[in-house]
Amino acid sequence: MSKKTAIQVDDLTVAYNYKPVLWDIDLAVPEGVLMAIVGPNGAGKSTLIKSILGIIKPIAGSVAIYNKPYEKQRKLVAYVPQKGSVDWDFPTTAIDVVMMGTYGSLGWIKRPGQKEKKAALEALEKVGMLSFKNRQISQLSGGQQQRVFLARALVQNASIYFMDEPFQGVDATTEIAIINILKELRKAGKTVVVVHHDLQTVPEYFDWVTFLNVKKIATGPVKDIFNDDNLTKTYGINYKVAVNK
Amino acid sequence: MSITEYFELVFTDYTLRTITLGTAILGAICGMLGSFAVLRKQSLLGDAISHAALPGIAIAFLITGAKDSNILLLGALVSGVLGTFWIRGMITKTHLKSDTALGLILSLFFGFGMLLLTFIQKQPNANQAGLDKYLFGQAATLVEKDVYLMAIVTGACLVVLLLFWKEFKLLLFDADYTKTLGFNTRFIDILITFFIVLAIVLGLQTVGVVLMSAMLLAPAAAARQWTNKLSVMIVLAGVFGIFSGVFGTAISATQNNLSTGPVIVLVAAVFVLFSFVFSPARGLLFREIRFRKNRRDLKLKKTLQLMYGIVSKHEDISRPHAIKILNDFQGFTRNTLGKLEEKNWIEIKGQEWSMTPQGFNEAKDLYNQQKDND
Amino acid sequence: MTSPQIEIQLIAAIVAIACAIPGVFLVLRKMALISDAISHSILPGIVIGFFITEDLNSPLLILLAAVTGVITVILVEAIQKTGLVKEDTAIGLVFPALFSIGVIMIAKNANDVHLDVDAVLLGELAFAPFDRLLLFGADVGPKSIWVMGVILLVTLGLLFLFFKELKVSTFDAGLSSALGISPVIMHYGLMSISSVTVVGAFDAVGAILVVALMIAPAATAYLLTSDLKKMLVLSICFGVFSAIGGYWLANILDASISGSMTTVLGVVFLITYLFAPSKGLISVLYRQKQQRTEVSLITFLLHLNNHSEEQERHINHLQEHINWQKVRSKNVIDLALKNNMIAIENDVVALTEKGLTFTNLALEYIVTNKDEKIEHMKDDFFLFRG
Repeated sequence: MSKKTAIQVDDLTVAYNYKPVLWDIDLAVPEGVLMAIVGPNGAGKSTLIKSILGIIKPIAGSVAIYNKPYEKQRKLVAYVPQKGSVDWDFPTTAIDVVMMGTYGSLGWIKRPGQKEKKAALEALEKVGMLSFKNRQISQLSGGQQQRVFLARALVQNASIYFMDEPFQGVDATTEIAIINILKELRKAGKTVVVVHHDLQTVPEYFDWVTFLNVKKIATGPVKDIFNDDNLTKTYGINYKVAVNK
Repeated sequence: MSITEYFELVFTDYTLRTITLGTAILGAICGMLGSFAVLRKQSLLGDAISHAALPGIAIAFLITGAKDSNILLLGALVSGVLGTFWIRGMITKTHLKSDTALGLILSLFFGFGMLLLTFIQKQPNANQAGLDKYLFGQAATLVEKDVYLMAIVTGACLVVLLLFWKEFKLLLFDADYTKTLGFNTRFIDILITFFIVLAIVLGLQTVGVVLMSAMLLAPAAAARQWTNKLSVMIVLAGVFGIFSGVFGTAISATQNNLSTGPVIVLVAAVFVLFSFVFSPARGLLFREIRFRKNRRDLKLKKTLQLMYGIVSKHEDISRPHAIKILNDFQGFTRNTLGKLEEKNWIEIKGQEWSMTPQGFNEAKDLYNQQKDND
Repeated sequence: MTSPQIEIQLIAAIVAIACAIPGVFLVLRKMALISDAISHSILPGIVIGFFITEDLNSPLLILLAAVTGVITVILVEAIQKTGLVKEDTAIGLVFPALFSIGVIMIAKNANDVHLDVDAVLLGELAFAPFDRLLLFGADVGPKSIWVMGVILLVTLGLLFLFFKELKVSTFDAGLSSALGISPVIMHYGLMSISSVTVVGAFDAVGAILVVALMIAPAATAYLLTSDLKKMLVLSICFGVFSAIGGYWLANILDASISGSMTTVLGVVFLITYLFAPSKGLISVLYRQKQQRTEVSLITFLLHLNNHSEEQERHINHLQEHINWQKVRSKNVIDLALKNNMIAIENDVVALTEKGLTFTNLALEYIVTNKDEKIEHMKDDFFLFRG
């Protein structure tokens, strides 16, 4: 494949309170793939994307986005955090949350205007939430909340999307809607990295996969490396039990 | 003095005007900044900070010997900030949890402050009168200069709030995301915390160390119940704060022997109680009403669905059926039947009922919804 | 020492012990702030009790006020349950409101009630010896000693009786219900004892300083040990030490006794906070620095283990790729060399036999999530630590 490398991670090591979480991760993600990060609980999946995004400071290693340090390429990157990471009782509406996606390009102090509002409405429409735009966020279902989060990332109009367990606690309709949008993004040449839990859907949803358990076990096209061998290496001998749990 | 007299005098009498203006401004700034504290789950930080400010006041007095309230407040600010940082340090560096850290700073700083205050009292020529007011607050001691200071700080706070509105909102809602957008979260965080400490310190003279935290929380907690918009919440909290301040001052001015602080806090508590019960969207009263109505609706829908089951077995949906055959089903009463007719879902003729097309569609929707959920 | 002096110290010591015991459990259960809430909100209970009994040391008053304390807890929990506000906001709303009611009640009845808000809030230990308990006409000592003594005995009795249950329900609520120990009963039992203690102690040391006597000794002890029994003993020691030390400090400065006691508590806490072995600030900072180097070392060794290419193992690579400063890379390499983990040939680093064994073992532990074993490994392998 002669594609460009979208994300390059070198020797990334992270420790929480000096407890090892990620060790010496090398990772190169080519442009235009839809990649799942899989691994057992506590394998450091969320930590990996958080440290790529600079939310967690690694103790060693470096991250490059399109061959430049992440700090210089922030605008190329969008992030969808875990749904549970925020307080959904916060007094704000769906459209307000989506508008937050435009704050990064606005920079300090400048307020969003008509242009930003239009972008936010478009994003809401894309995720099928336009009719809920003025709904208070606590009155949305889990799936709808996740869609609002996705819309917020879409508004950023980035080249690379990081998503932390977007399918957790959402209904089947939302899951399909989200994966269709992700596939659309891939078609448009964007790179999408998803922390994923459900091993059964990996071959159906994704074309690229990274196995992670504190160390990187394997990374590559799903059709080449999504096999028993790697699953066993990641999840241990009883991985099937883990899968069906 | 009666309440009506108070309101007649408030525009003409210098002292009354000053203290009323002072408590009103204080209510406004506390309400606004309190909204941030409540939304950041730092409600009790205010309590810790206000207690932690006490030794600062005493030390400032010991050093300068002055009674100038600005210098004393500066001392309070320094020790309040110190307490805040120590709390943070304790939580991040040791295994003590936030509740222990808050309780420690609160009680230890306060105790040390008390030691200093009693020490000052025993000093021979110390003109210490007026330091006690920081315990419960005495709005009557406010002078024009204090009110100017409050107004200036509130003004500055408003400017900062408007300038960094977008950043504040973003950080309050989703701190990690704020970081990925390239904002310096530490700066925004320190800015918010600094203004909260400032508001608390300003309120000490009026409301006092012990009750200051309620001044911060109550208007915000009340305002939260009436709106789902952050901007409206903050404005509303400011308004509630102003009213608590003015009413509290009015009541305490008209009674002998009442400190302002407790009265203001009680007025604010009444706002909270009222909001908890009567807010249309979140209040307990309407929640209960909605709950009952839902239960009733559920009963109706259940009956309608059973009727649908009967009707759909026949070609002609409007074919009448005997009411008797419904008796075997749960959730059916004459009353529900009447309600169904009211909604135009069925028609009743004598001892028979028949479904209207409208009722049939409604029932079909219900049926499909249920299938989706399964 | 005069006899009132001895009596004051005795009262202070008893109060300190009676507060320290429930305090330990409050701190461990992350409910330290409930003591703050209770200590304020008992005020209306005290005032009503005082209307009825006209005696601050009457058992009825203590009971009434303690009930107010438990009501506070129930009220806070009820508000939390509505979900209208966050947990801590509920605490912050309830106690100032109740306290304000108490203050206003006192102010409105100032002529009938010889009760001073300052006294409730701050206490006055110096007067305690003058309120004597007369039994059959004989003077058997200050009332406070008897009141607090009884409270302390009850607390101790309950502690010994229910030690096991308290321990289980504090550390593992799930297990405790499985064992048939109702966490709810333990919770409200503890709340009741705390309320009674706060009420009994407020007139000696004041409402806010009761909080200090409850939380500070326990928090100080918690920095020194995690063992429940040791923690209880240590808290009691700190409490008593501060009580007596505080008394003498107050004597020297001619200042409030309760304020001095808290100040001594504060100093004891500060010293422990800074210097406690393993959990104190200095020790934590030192260990973090050391661990940083150690983690860096393991990272470095793992990196060598992962890559056979010479280019990845070149000494300059450390700075470029692993993103470390020059000094740090040098430190790490020095440490590895000192420990015989690596060998350097032509600026290319390679793992030695020992390094390889170490790395493989470390890897196994990390992947199988047995992080704690790495500590032992470090002891086994490291001659020099960072």
